[in-house]
Amino acid sequence: MSDKTRVPAVEGWFTTDPDRPALIGTRCTTCGTYSFPRETSICKNPACTGREFDEVELSRRGVIWSYTNACYQPPPPYVPTTDPFEPFAIAAVELAEEKMVVLGQLVPGVDIGDLSVGTEVELVLDTLFEDDEHEYLVWKWRPVSEGAR
Amino acid sequence: MTREVAVLGVGMHPWGKWGRNFVEYGVEAAQAALADAGLEWRDIEFVAGADTIRNGYPGFIAGATFSQALGWKGNRVASCYAACASGAQALNVARAQILAGFCDVALVVGADTTPKGFFAPVGGERHDDPDWLRFRLLGATNPTYFALYARRRMELYGATSEDFAKVKVKNARHGLANPYARYRKEVTIEEVLASPVVADPLRLLDICATSDGAAAVVLTSVEFARRHTTNPVTVAAISTVTPTYPQTIIEMPNFSTDSAAAVAPPERSFRDAIAFAAYEEAGIGPDDLDLAEVYDLSTALELDWYENIGLCKEGEAERLLNDGDTSLGGRVPVNPSGGLACFGEAIPAQALAQVCEITWQLRGQAGDRQVEGARVGLTVNQGLFGHGSSVILKR
Repeated sequence: MSDKTRVPAVEGWFTTDPDRPALIGTRCTTCGTYSFPRETSICKNPACTGREFDEVELSRRGVIWSYTNACYQPPPPYVPTTDPFEPFAIAAVELAEEKMVVLGQLVPGVDIGDLSVGTEVELVLDTLFEDDEHEYLVWKWRPVSEGAR
Repeated sequence: MTREVAVLGVGMHPWGKWGRNFVEYGVEAAQAALADAGLEWRDIEFVAGADTIRNGYPGFIAGATFSQALGWKGNRVASCYAACASGAQALNVARAQILAGFCDVALVVGADTTPKGFFAPVGGERHDDPDWLRFRLLGATNPTYFALYARRRMELYGATSEDFAKVKVKNARHGLANPYARYRKEVTIEEVLASPVVADPLRLLDICATSDGAAAVVLTSVEFARRHTTNPVTVAAISTVTPTYPQTIIEMPNFSTDSAAAVAPPERSFRDAIAFAAYEEAGIGPDDLDLAEVYDLSTALELDWYENIGLCKEGEAERLLNDGDTSLGGRVPVNPSGGLACFGEAIPAQALAQVCEITWQLRGQAGDRQVEGARVGLTVNQGLFGHGSSVILKR
């Protein structure tokens, strides 16, 4: 464990509860539509003029809509964490209650050969990158093992 | 009153990795289009430029940049940015000027000089720009999104890597004789499958490169065109629709789709709606097409487009490809130019390049890649941040 301060890589997009982290979205108090990232101005539903939103934690579990990986190092502002670069996986995950699909990296070590559309995953926090004082956190998806269901 | 305008001239600068200033390419394409139309620069009343965002200030004001380069003469200008759909957006602005009666003759130009490798967001620290954040938080490049669609095709419809490779093989063959294409070389299925994986399941040869290039179109009123030629190519439709809420398919550069919890998804997906609007405007349907130029950012995406533009039902694109329907000589050849597979992407020029190709095809000037007896052609394209584009041309 490093003694660096753990801070979110982006402000206000997710809770940092170590056991039950969640993405933070909003729900329009007028029409009930969800948004992620959070909505702050006017509801995106064209039939709604709502301007008030409840902050909500999005479902922590979902199923994979599709998935891929990055075999080459993305350009900046991506911050490489290993040299040489190690591929990582990315999934688009469907949240049942919110009826939306949210992207996220998968935790390191996931073999995408083990994934398929419909695989259940849950949200966890992981290090995106570090500097001298900070460890920057981001949300990632982790397959739900059979036993944990 | 007719709602049509005419394509009197088209011109291109060859695609490649030339490394010169984009303005040079644009001027060459513009001069080629003027010569093709039998007009002079002094005849042009309005210039619509498709912007490039990676070449400094001149790129943001392309209409003025090209006008100055060709010689200031007081003509009015517009500069349009709509990502990959910028060219069609500029074309649409020029059409509106003509149909409104403000001018008879307009020049539309798009040109780009691109960096090597993955497209990156423009510079700076921008924590409220999704295009910046997707690279920072997810490491999500453009091929990431293409690959998500490709994998979904495989899982839902049983598409295979061989199917994807066959799109590349087809397009490489189509582009062999195209003097404006950057890659003019036959490719085998084995070569595609042997190329390195970039974003699983897509390999290097499944994904289009980034290129320098330029394309230009001289757009005129039909009356003006008839004074210069007997049988002009006309623009039957230009669709520049945006998505309808809730957009339920993840789109570049977003982190999430819209939510369908409170509002049911629209009848048509965004990509379906792009071509549908064009068909509706032209008063024709997919069965009327003789050819199409679709935006094959990846091989798999070309298959998606077959369904989006109504050439077949969902899940049938692989069969269409494998039956040869979309090859030259088939029922409705797709990307006879060679497509992005042979060109690579020169963003603001690409939607105009599609229009150039269809124009040559409808005039019977496409040489070895000619679609016999082509009368009606459609282009389709999509730019990030919700820009659709589809143009229907006929003769």
